[in-house]
Amino acid sequence: MATVIRSETHPGIASYDEVNRDVLKILGRPGRGYYVLLAGAVAVFGIGLFAFLVMLVLGIGLTGLQNPVGWGVFITTFVFWVGIGHAGTLISAILYLFRAKFRQSIYRAAEAMTVFAVMTAGLFPIIHLGRPWLFYWLIPYPNQRQIWPNFRSPLVWDVFAITTYLTVSATFFYIGMIPDLAAARDAATVPWRRKLYTVLALGWRGTDRQWKNFTRAYLYLAALATPLVLSVHSVVSWDFAMGLVPGWHTTIFAPYFVAGAIFSGVAMVITLLVPMRKVFGLEKYFTIDHFEAMAKLTLLTSLIVGYAYAIEYFIAWYSQEPAEMGSFFNRALGDYWWATWIMIGCNAILPQLLWFRSVRRSIPALFVLSIFINIGMWFERFVIIVVSLSHDFQPWQWANYRPTLTGMLIVLGSFGWFFMWFLLFLRLLPAVSVAELKEVLAAPMRKLRPAGNRPGRAVLVERED
Amino acid sequence: MATPSAPGVLGIFAELDAAVAAIERLRSEGLKKLVVFSPVPRHELEHALHPAESPVRIFTLVGGLTGAATGFALATWTSLDWPLVTGGKPIISLPPFVIIAFELTILFGAFATVAGLILNGILPREDEARAVYDPSFSSDRFGVFVAAPPARAADARLALVESGAVEIREEFEEVSVGQD
Repeated sequence: MATVIRSETHPGIASYDEVNRDVLKILGRPGRGYYVLLAGAVAVFGIGLFAFLVMLVLGIGLTGLQNPVGWGVFITTFVFWVGIGHAGTLISAILYLFRAKFRQSIYRAAEAMTVFAVMTAGLFPIIHLGRPWLFYWLIPYPNQRQIWPNFRSPLVWDVFAITTYLTVSATFFYIGMIPDLAAARDAATVPWRRKLYTVLALGWRGTDRQWKNFTRAYLYLAALATPLVLSVHSVVSWDFAMGLVPGWHTTIFAPYFVAGAIFSGVAMVITLLVPMRKVFGLEKYFTIDHFEAMAKLTLLTSLIVGYAYAIEYFIAWYSQEPAEMGSFFNRALGDYWWATWIMIGCNAILPQLLWFRSVRRSIPALFVLSIFINIGMWFERFVIIVVSLSHDFQPWQWANYRPTLTGMLIVLGSFGWFFMWFLLFLRLLPAVSVAELKEVLAAPMRKLRPAGNRPGRAVLVERED
Repeated sequence: MATPSAPGVLGIFAELDAAVAAIERLRSEGLKKLVVFSPVPRHELEHALHPAESPVRIFTLVGGLTGAATGFALATWTSLDWPLVTGGKPIISLPPFVIIAFELTILFGAFATVAGLILNGILPREDEARAVYDPSFSSDRFGVFVAAPPARAADARLALVESGAVEIREEFEEVSVGQD
């Protein structure tokens, strides 16, 4: 009997080189199922692209947008995808600063999700422009007419917030991956992969000087990403809250949107990790405990979101403002009542199941629940944007909007685009952090260290050798 | 690539505490030109090596402050360049400009951090480039490379072996010490 020190958060992993073998194996030859999924994602993206091209030729009228609902499914989907991105940064940066060790194995996939979700989100305001080729007008650039963007407009804040978020999260994603790319380089046998990882690893060798500067830089990037992620969805919420439309003009929007973003993002992380765990046999890496931790996060943010829903109705009543009260009556009981009740059911009521430990620890239950949450959160944005716009101050202005086929195909295409990138990521880059995972494993020692030694609380287990 | 003229000995360790012991012994013997390889950042190695504080933090600070100043300057200057009153608000409306300044603080801070990392941590140093690398250092092995003049190579080798190195390399020649 040999005694081995196991990590409390990842007890299934025995040694450093086991991590390298298991993680780098994902980069190996995939099964046919992978190509079927990839082809499906590309096909769905192709359908969306086709719909977009048709819209480009025939005009934005195809989306059914007109007064008073000038923002429809595109802005809904934009907010949806930005929100999805937030969980990745929460897991990679905020939980890093909090030293939540369960994040080590899941954060890379979550961070990749962030980068691709924000990439997807960024397309939608541009698609929505009607003349998408003029999107660069939003960027402050020196031009002959000396016209600059209006920095007092929330839409320009949004441009700054989203581009900064995409840039910084992609940077954080890449920098954190450098030691793992070196590990992939050292293990690669296929020549083109070896070349790719050699270039991407920037000559990383894991020397003491490199680690010293790397860990510092990583800490500072995490410290910069933390306020950034909280600000991004706040700025997105101000696109609405700065307007006077009943249903939009509330101060609660920033925290409400941030909580909703993390809620939807964690649900999407669960949606992605469950099949990934199954297909690549990563049960040791994404354990039930990690899923339970994410389920608790989902429950917490669901409660915040549910509270925000309730307080909005309370304030509408408390204000005794006819337009505000009318808007909220219309939400719950008007033409779009079904969208509102999908939102409340999926986001505030169904997640209450997570109070039960058996639900939190059941992978199939979490997977199904996460899909409902994804749907519910899309409808939340639909309710906020479309339903509020359809019912503002004057009754003669009220009019309903109906999503059209073109619009919905473009929305569908965004899912193809997102999953295409995610699938390519799984095969091209280390999808679980090799180096950071080792930080929570017990280091190989000549003398066994007792439990309680860094990192974290390790546990001693007996193992037959 | 290590230049053959660079004298030095590399010890490969399977255990962290053995590598730490080697570092402490080599340093006490006056062999302080060490390059330590590891698959994971460990406090034990850092404590044994007593490195200077990383200069990356200065980059982050300067980058962030530059970003804040740039954000305010950009929004202010462009607003004054075409002073059009919108919504009855002052031409220089500081509250919304804070958002631009905040975003650029983060953006410039992140770029400067990466620049600091590349300049201080990624670009090779001459003494380090000579150290022999082994692919197992990205998996589960720790490496201690001693830059030692030929007269002290024997001391270095002895210190590495007695601390528990599983393998010794010298100028690309492998000398097995038979623990494997």
